[in-house]
Amino acid sequence: MATIERPVQRPVSVPKAVTEPTGWLSWFSTVDHKKIGIMYLVSAFIFFVIGGIEALLMRLQLATPNGTLLSPDAYNQLMTMHGTTMVFLAVMPLNVGLGNYLVPLMIGARDMAFPRLNALSIWLFILGGLMLYSSFALGGAPNAGWFAYAPLTETAYSPTHGMDYWILGLTLTGVASIAGAVNFIVTILNMRAPGMRLNRMPLFVWAQMVTSFIIIFAFPSLTVAQVFLLFDRNFGTRFFLADQGGDPMLWLHLFWFFGHPEVYILVLPVFGMISEILPTFSRKPIFGYAFIAYSTVAIGFLGFLVWAHHMFGTGLGPMVNAFFSGASMLIAIPTGVKIFNWIGTLYGGSLQLKTAMYFALGFISMFVIGGISGITLASPPVDLQQTDTYYVVAHFHYVLFGGAIFGIFAGAFYWFPKMSGRYLNETMGKIQFWLLLISFNVTFGPMHELGTQGMPRRIYTYQPGMGWDFWNLVETVASFGIAIAVALFMWNVVVSLRSGQRAPADPWDGSTLEWATASPPPVYNFAKIPRVHSRRPLWDSKYPEMEVSHSQGTRPMKRKEVAALDTGDQDQALFDPSTIHLPAPTFGPLWVSLGICVVFYGILYLVDSNYLSVIAVVAGLGLFAFGVTSWLRSADRDSAGAH
Amino acid sequence: MSEVSTTNAPAGIGHGHDETSMGVDSRKLGLWAFIGSETLFFAALIVTYLIFKPVNEARPENQLPHEFLAINFTAGLAAILLASSLTMVLSIAAIRQNNQRMFRIWLGATIGLGLMFLGGQVYEFYHLYAEGLTLGSSLLGSTFFVLTGFHGTHVAIGVVWLSMIMWRGLKRGYSANDHMDVELGGMYWHFVDLVWVAVFTLIYLLP
Repeated sequence: MATIERPVQRPVSVPKAVTEPTGWLSWFSTVDHKKIGIMYLVSAFIFFVIGGIEALLMRLQLATPNGTLLSPDAYNQLMTMHGTTMVFLAVMPLNVGLGNYLVPLMIGARDMAFPRLNALSIWLFILGGLMLYSSFALGGAPNAGWFAYAPLTETAYSPTHGMDYWILGLTLTGVASIAGAVNFIVTILNMRAPGMRLNRMPLFVWAQMVTSFIIIFAFPSLTVAQVFLLFDRNFGTRFFLADQGGDPMLWLHLFWFFGHPEVYILVLPVFGMISEILPTFSRKPIFGYAFIAYSTVAIGFLGFLVWAHHMFGTGLGPMVNAFFSGASMLIAIPTGVKIFNWIGTLYGGSLQLKTAMYFALGFISMFVIGGISGITLASPPVDLQQTDTYYVVAHFHYVLFGGAIFGIFAGAFYWFPKMSGRYLNETMGKIQFWLLLISFNVTFGPMHELGTQGMPRRIYTYQPGMGWDFWNLVETVASFGIAIAVALFMWNVVVSLRSGQRAPADPWDGSTLEWATASPPPVYNFAKIPRVHSRRPLWDSKYPEMEVSHSQGTRPMKRKEVAALDTGDQDQALFDPSTIHLPAPTFGPLWVSLGICVVFYGILYLVDSNYLSVIAVVAGLGLFAFGVTSWLRSADRDSAGAH
Repeated sequence: MSEVSTTNAPAGIGHGHDETSMGVDSRKLGLWAFIGSETLFFAALIVTYLIFKPVNEARPENQLPHEFLAINFTAGLAAILLASSLTMVLSIAAIRQNNQRMFRIWLGATIGLGLMFLGGQVYEFYHLYAEGLTLGSSLLGSTFFVLTGFHGTHVAIGVVWLSMIMWRGLKRGYSANDHMDVELGGMYWHFVDLVWVAVFTLIYLLP
């Protein structure tokens, strides 16, 4: 396969910037997908660091037998908040943040389909996270695990309001996710630039689309489970109370019907990022575009048919176990072939080992390890031996940290120049990579061994003489290596933002549309909406003499036509950015989400303090109504301005 | 959850032309996706009711649906809600022909029927509580009230939504070319009615 030499950088048009209102207030009223994307990334990264600190505290407690750093209750709170934070407040929104920033750019759009709904999503997400964390100050954090198994979560066993905060805080972020997913679906289906057929979309966009469909079908199940739990705890129902005819198994089914697709919600966007990064740094097109795109869809479907493999330990019976075991192994096929797609992309390429590429390769190898331990767990006999041990902890950290977080770091190094106009420091990045790779493996690798030796998960301490002391100490020491690596990344971001090397519009010689505009892109993204003729519009225009598309359907028809990827070069002199109509900033979405948040606080204390709670609910609804009117006014002004 | 309704971004914003890639209005596409999500929400509630139905019957403190739920009364409610779907259709048909007067009359009728349904449901809940069927009295109480309560909340949101359309219709006016707000409100309204058809059939009519 042909690899391509990079030609002299063709200057890409950078139209004059439109003057936008600046200052800190503009962040509260913005509806720009790029600003909202950055808000997602920054807030999710802060939650990632908090979740990491919680993990370090747990590791310190477990460093030696009979640790006394944390009380059992404090450990339970930290364990619950670590899991909840990493899943709902870190990895998911990090993906959403990158998607928010990149999807409109990649499909050649000026914004998301619903810019104000987008603002609502970010505010509901931030407020949901803050509400969840406010529980630490208001009577104790949730302490029954991120999976919140009933009946442990019922009032008799979790008497504080912690679980109520878990329910209502996550419902806020759940509404944010559904609203965001609807927005992604409509944006991707409806806002594509001329010529950007579904079969020409970048694979990251494919992944975001499938993920969004998974979100809208998986989250309702979680919401229903949380509603039942809220009613059980506060309003006297008995959904999960076995002694009154309820059934804790109902929680397991509802939760994991959401919970397993959630795994793909976390990791599919990362698959998409890897599928963008590898071709760029291998200097050749992705190997098997169609397979990657359609297998993502297949994973999305199959992801809904495997939830009970989280429940083998509950005794569902051999027939049920056999079905879910088979379905779980089946899902390894589309996932496994993707690995070969990526290796095939690397094969014969002229690899450029930038930091983003390091992390992408790290992702592939770590994800393979997590995938293989996943296949072992898909077998019920093995699972019965390993379930609820540290083997499971090792498995999902290899998938979600070694997989998702490595991939997100790859994405961060790859797209940081686009977002900021400056490169991240490569040397620091490579040091971070090696430090992270080694300390990650030393932290989580031995957990396979500990789990096989029978060390249960979710315990706050253990006795000496079980044979677990050595590896636990090693893991704790190594976990601080992870912390240093993350701190190094933060330092790198701060330094690079101030004095990093300036990046041009197309720093990596990429093939997708986000590189066709300035770094950072102007608020309107593209002066003129580009016309797309293939899957790799930018490579086609930069290398008109090379045949980079392989399939018949996507082969550019005429060379002349291809060369004219129209990013506005010719019309630049005549172009006036102020003629582009963009939605105006508005505080409406912020008021709406604050209103919902106040209502939720009211519901939370409805049983304790009736009077005050009713006032809170009414006030919240008032704020909500005020927000809706200001939202509608802004929407009306925009549609008036558009015509 | 009315955030979808209040998103008023013109389709294909900033594209310089009004066509969308799929040829469908963006807000309509978004509402379809949202309705897909809501379907799963109600499916989970209904399935929970059906799973607990035999369990409830086997319990010592069982409360059986046919002893408590008045089919005649709720059949009337169902008729009201179905009629409101018809008036909604007539209202959209009227605005498509630019008939402002009939548009308002039929939309007003839809809102009125929606309010009648809500009133009937409040009466029914009140009545059931007086007879001893409560959230905490049995599995029937738990599953029945949470399911029908959430449906009622959706009807209430629909009534508020349609009232806003009425208010905006009076204020800025809709026309044959500009009535996407009405269509969206109608879509949501039909969905809520459809859920009631399922709830009524599976909970009230099934023996």
